[in-house]
Amino acid sequence: MSNVFMGMPSLPVFGDGNLHIDEPFPAAAHRELGNTQMRANLRHATHTIRDKRLKVVGELPDWEELRDAGAATKNQVMANLPALLEEFEKNFTARGGIIHWARDADEANRIVSDLIKEQDTDEVVKVKSMATQEIGLNEYLEEQGISAFETDLAELIVQLGHDKPSHILVPAIHKNRTEVRDIFLAEMPNVDPNLTDEPRLLAMAAREHLRRKFLSAKVAVSGANFALADSGTLAVVESEGNGRMCLTLPETLITVMGIEKLLPGKEDLEVFMQLLPRSSTGERMNPYTSLWTGVTEGDGPQNVHLVMLDNGRTAALADKYGRTALNCIRCSACMNVCPVYERTGGHAYGSTYPGPIGAILTPLLTGIKSEENSSLPYASSLCGACYDACPVKINIPEILVHLRGEDVDSKRGENKLPSQMDLMMKGAQWAFSSGKNLGLLEKGLPLGKLAAGRDKKIKRLPGIAAGWTQSRDIPAPPAQSFRDWWKKDHRPAAATTEQEK
Amino acid sequence: MKIALFATCIVDAMYPQTARATVKILERLGHEVIFPSGQACCGQMHINSGYMDEALPVVANHVAAFEAKTYDVAVAPSGSCVASVKHQHPVLAERCGDAALKARAEAVGAKTYELSQLLVDVLGVTNAAEQLGSHFAHKVTYHPSCHGMRSLHLGDRQLDLLKSVGGIEVADLPEADQCCGFGGTFSMKNADVSSAMLEDKAKNIESTGASLCSGGDASCLMHIGGGLSRTKSNTTTLHFAEILASTITEPVSVTGEVFVGKGGK
Repeated sequence: MSNVFMGMPSLPVFGDGNLHIDEPFPAAAHRELGNTQMRANLRHATHTIRDKRLKVVGELPDWEELRDAGAATKNQVMANLPALLEEFEKNFTARGGIIHWARDADEANRIVSDLIKEQDTDEVVKVKSMATQEIGLNEYLEEQGISAFETDLAELIVQLGHDKPSHILVPAIHKNRTEVRDIFLAEMPNVDPNLTDEPRLLAMAAREHLRRKFLSAKVAVSGANFALADSGTLAVVESEGNGRMCLTLPETLITVMGIEKLLPGKEDLEVFMQLLPRSSTGERMNPYTSLWTGVTEGDGPQNVHLVMLDNGRTAALADKYGRTALNCIRCSACMNVCPVYERTGGHAYGSTYPGPIGAILTPLLTGIKSEENSSLPYASSLCGACYDACPVKINIPEILVHLRGEDVDSKRGENKLPSQMDLMMKGAQWAFSSGKNLGLLEKGLPLGKLAAGRDKKIKRLPGIAAGWTQSRDIPAPPAQSFRDWWKKDHRPAAATTEQEK
Repeated sequence: MKIALFATCIVDAMYPQTARATVKILERLGHEVIFPSGQACCGQMHINSGYMDEALPVVANHVAAFEAKTYDVAVAPSGSCVASVKHQHPVLAERCGDAALKARAEAVGAKTYELSQLLVDVLGVTNAAEQLGSHFAHKVTYHPSCHGMRSLHLGDRQLDLLKSVGGIEVADLPEADQCCGFGGTFSMKNADVSSAMLEDKAKNIESTGASLCSGGDASCLMHIGGGLSRTKSNTTTLHFAEILASTITEPVSVTGEVFVGKGGK
């Protein structure tokens, strides 16, 4: 930032990095819907994980109370974030860790890159991390001549396939095992050419490939699921053990974490360690949970860094109706249950964060006016399945509606011709803000009946309404509205008192 | 009991038979139905499309139409519109900075019930055949609309009422809890995704072999019915109020036209 510091905090800055979508959601969705293999893979995967989640959630009689506790803790964290961040910094630093504050993606990338260069290496191993996806760290490091090797199996598949993640927990969810085998055969050095698509053999091939990297890397880069303010402890929750390797073997560990990941103390983990595995992989407990506090002499990394990332989080926190989106613990339950995500896949959302949480978090981090991000809050039928599944009770449908309001309001006063939607809404405002007006409009119903013709169906409408008639008829309207029938023809069967007319 | 009917705009204009069926059921139980004439729409289309300024007068009109103390409870044959009245109206009023409207909207919301909520929770109807004389000799499947299911937590109220209708056969709908893809203006703004969701819903409905799919929201039923009609399916849709209103002597036809008996025309 080149602004001269004036003694007053500047306005929150919006986030950048892999958060800006360059194509409106409906256009991207149209393209992805045509990928029948992806849709079949995704349908199978989301339905499997939905069933698993329901089973393990159903085992806990206090699941709803756990959700309440999770939401309350996160709300408390957001309300006290500045104090908790200072407390965390004090404790993390006291234990030998070094904290770096990054306002946006660019600052964070530069900090990480400089730290790696200090270690005289051009290779790093990575633990799966959404924060580093968000800031585009791998791409930045590549520009700096540094190779970053993803060690999570699914991230490895995506990286080897020169692809993008389509899910925050299962980045290669859009690929089936035959496609994975083909990627390994084409891209993995020294792979057995007779590799089949048996999951065990695929995992063994990946393990052999990765083991070499773990043993040689001097620097690891990770994210973090939680940070405990009262002790300065960081936590990573994972399934494969690759994270544990990265967190313990290299001399230098650089963690990139959003500032919203804080929890007050370790007793809060009791709630979140029940909520997270059940909501994400549908497991009672995840296989590996690593916690580390600063530097321990002679044991594990001796250079421990943490990059605290804002990248639009302060801006999101300032939004009274949207801030609970920061409570997200990245479990992915919302996308697994979402009927829109199930059909379009994650790539249609354009951002690091797809699915229902992405449709609110992305525009909250970047601001509603950023490129095509304003199309994201409309990528939902508002069915509410996401809200029911969210372990920290983020009311995603309500925030989607709030952000639609922000989008419409942000376009008011622009010197442009009103859109068809604007005109439709203005007309409907007239009709729907008075019973008299609606009654007048309903006098025209017989005209609609006439337009429907002999088969009593309206099959084609113009303009934006053509979206409806591309796959749906509209029945012929009735000759008489209910209102009119009530006024003229209703004879109460039971009561005899004066009716309101 | 004096019950104020909120017909909802879509039923008023497009499916008057659903409102007439609602009146018939309530009058059959001996209650007095009134129709506050100032009513128009809950404003949900405006709110869900982000047009908050335009929604405000629509919401204010609904509150004004239903805040008279001349009735005991209000009822609407729609889970979605009732969810809007109960949950969205106070939020919108707050957002627009109208604290007085927020309080009035909360009062109206507290008195407003979705039809199955009113029948089961307030009026104690658990057996439609016995208590309403409902009879409907068709094979039916049932789609629970999202807002009734998730915002109002209606559970199986509508389905249980349907199952208690005389002569009916109710077939379970596979993946019943999945959205039909309507979502108001979502069906136009994201027509491709909406159509893909509808396609799956229609397939599941047809797999049951039912002659029609019932539900509690005219908008979702119009969406599903519109899709079935486009593919020339023999299956159609019908609001559960019309099935409850159907009796042996005054049956409802499966094309949705109500046979109006005495008291009507």
